[in-house]
Amino acid sequence: MTLTQADVSREIAAERKAYATSDAVRHHPDRGYAPYRSSVLRHPQLPLTVVKDPEAVELSGPVFGVTDVTELDSDLTRQDHGEPLGERITVTGRVLDRDGRPVRGQLVEIWQANASGRYAHQRDQHPAPLDPHFTGVGRCLTDDQGQYAFTTVKPGAYPWGNHLNAWRPAHIHFSLFGTAFTQRLVTQMYFPGDPLLAHDPILQSVTDDAARQRLVAAYDHDLSTPAWSLGYRWDIVLDGPASTWNEEGR
Amino acid sequence: MTLPTPSQTVGPFYGYALPFPGGGDIAPAGHPEALTLHGQVHDGAGEPVPDALLEFWQPSPAGSRAGRPGSLRRDPVTGGFLGRNGVDFTGFGRVATDADGHYVLRTLPPGGVPYLSVCVFARGLLHHLHTRAYLTDHPLFAADPLVRALDPARLGTLEAHPEGERVHRFDIHLQGEKETAFLVFD
Repeated sequence: MTLTQADVSREIAAERKAYATSDAVRHHPDRGYAPYRSSVLRHPQLPLTVVKDPEAVELSGPVFGVTDVTELDSDLTRQDHGEPLGERITVTGRVLDRDGRPVRGQLVEIWQANASGRYAHQRDQHPAPLDPHFTGVGRCLTDDQGQYAFTTVKPGAYPWGNHLNAWRPAHIHFSLFGTAFTQRLVTQMYFPGDPLLAHDPILQSVTDDAARQRLVAAYDHDLSTPAWSLGYRWDIVLDGPASTWNEEGR
Repeated sequence: MTLPTPSQTVGPFYGYALPFPGGGDIAPAGHPEALTLHGQVHDGAGEPVPDALLEFWQPSPAGSRAGRPGSLRRDPVTGGFLGRNGVDFTGFGRVATDADGHYVLRTLPPGGVPYLSVCVFARGLLHHLHTRAYLTDHPLFAADPLVRALDPARLGTLEAHPEGERVHRFDIHLQGEKETAFLVFD
C-alpha cells in the first residue's frame, strides 16, 4: 500500500502527542523517528554510553583558519562566470555556545538546492533545471562576535521519496564547529511562512514546538538591501556538555 | 542559558559541500609512522551505508589537542583544494563512505590517548553519533578510563583490530546485533 501524506501526517501528530504527554524536554530529534522512513534502520537501539571524563579528547576540537576559506566562498552568487537565477538573499546570524558566548573564528559550511529545487548532485535527477551558475556550496569563518554571513539565492522546494507526494520545504543545510568536538552540529535552516513546514517529517522530527521554531529563520527587513537582496536572520546555539559550557576561558 | 539549535540529518546531497580532496589524509604523505584506519559503515539490516560521512579528531603524536588550521587548505587562484601542507598536524579528517560503505583514513598515532574520536553523519540519521576507534596495540589502551568502564562485549565494538603492518580495521554498525557503542558526553 502506498504511503500517503495523510498517513505520514497522522504519524507526525501521534509522535507530537506522545512527546507532549511525556515530561521530557527534548531539543534534538529522536534518532528513531518512524515518519522519516530512512531513520528506521539507521539509528542505534541500545542506550548511548555516557562518558564523564574531564580528559576526554572530545572536549577539544578541530580549528580552521584563513587558509581554509577563500573570499568568494561566502557569496554563492559569484562562484561562476555568470549569475544564478533566483531571488537573491543574504543570511546572517551569530553562532553561540549554551552560555550565549560567541563562537569565534570557526568554520560554517552550507549547501542547498538551486532556485528550482534541484541540487548539483548526480543523485538528484528530478525534472527541475540545473543552474549552470550555481553549485549551492558556501563556507565562511565566524568573526569576533560569532557572526557569519552568506549571499545566495532562495532555494526551491523539491520532491523526495519518503512517501507519495513528499516535498521538502525550502531549506539551507548548515554545518558548524564549536570549540569542542562535542559541540559539532549539522542542521537545516528553514524559511518563515513556508506551507510545507507542517508536512515535512524531517523538520517535524523535532517534536518540541519551541525547539522546532528555532530552525526557522526570521525575515529581517533591516537586513534587506534596496534593489539588491532580501535579508534573513538566523542565530545558532551549539549544544555541548556542562563541562564544556561552564568552563571558563574556553 | 540559551537553548540549543536542534540537529537535522545531513541528508543525501552534501557531496559538493563537505567532503574535500585528501580529507582522509591527516598524516603527511610518506610518513613512516602513518597508520591506516579503515572499515565499513552498516545499517540495521547489515547493509553497507553508501552515504555516511565520518569525521575524525585526535591529538597530535606529541599529545597537543590545540589542532592546527589547514585541513581544507584552499587555492585562492582556482578556488580548489591544495591539501594539508605536510608540516602542520591538523588532527581533523573527513571521509565520505564509498558505494560499498567503506572509508579509509591515514593518520599518525594520537599522543596521550589510545583512540581516535569519530563523528558519524548519514542520510537517515537525524542527529550525528559520537564514537571512538580504539587502537588495541596502543600502550595506553589498558589504562583508558572508558576501556576500563565498559563491559567487554560493548568494548569490542570500539576496538580497531590490527590487520597487518600499521593497518587497523574499524567497522561501524548503526543498529543490530553488532551495534557500535555510541557515546554521549556529560
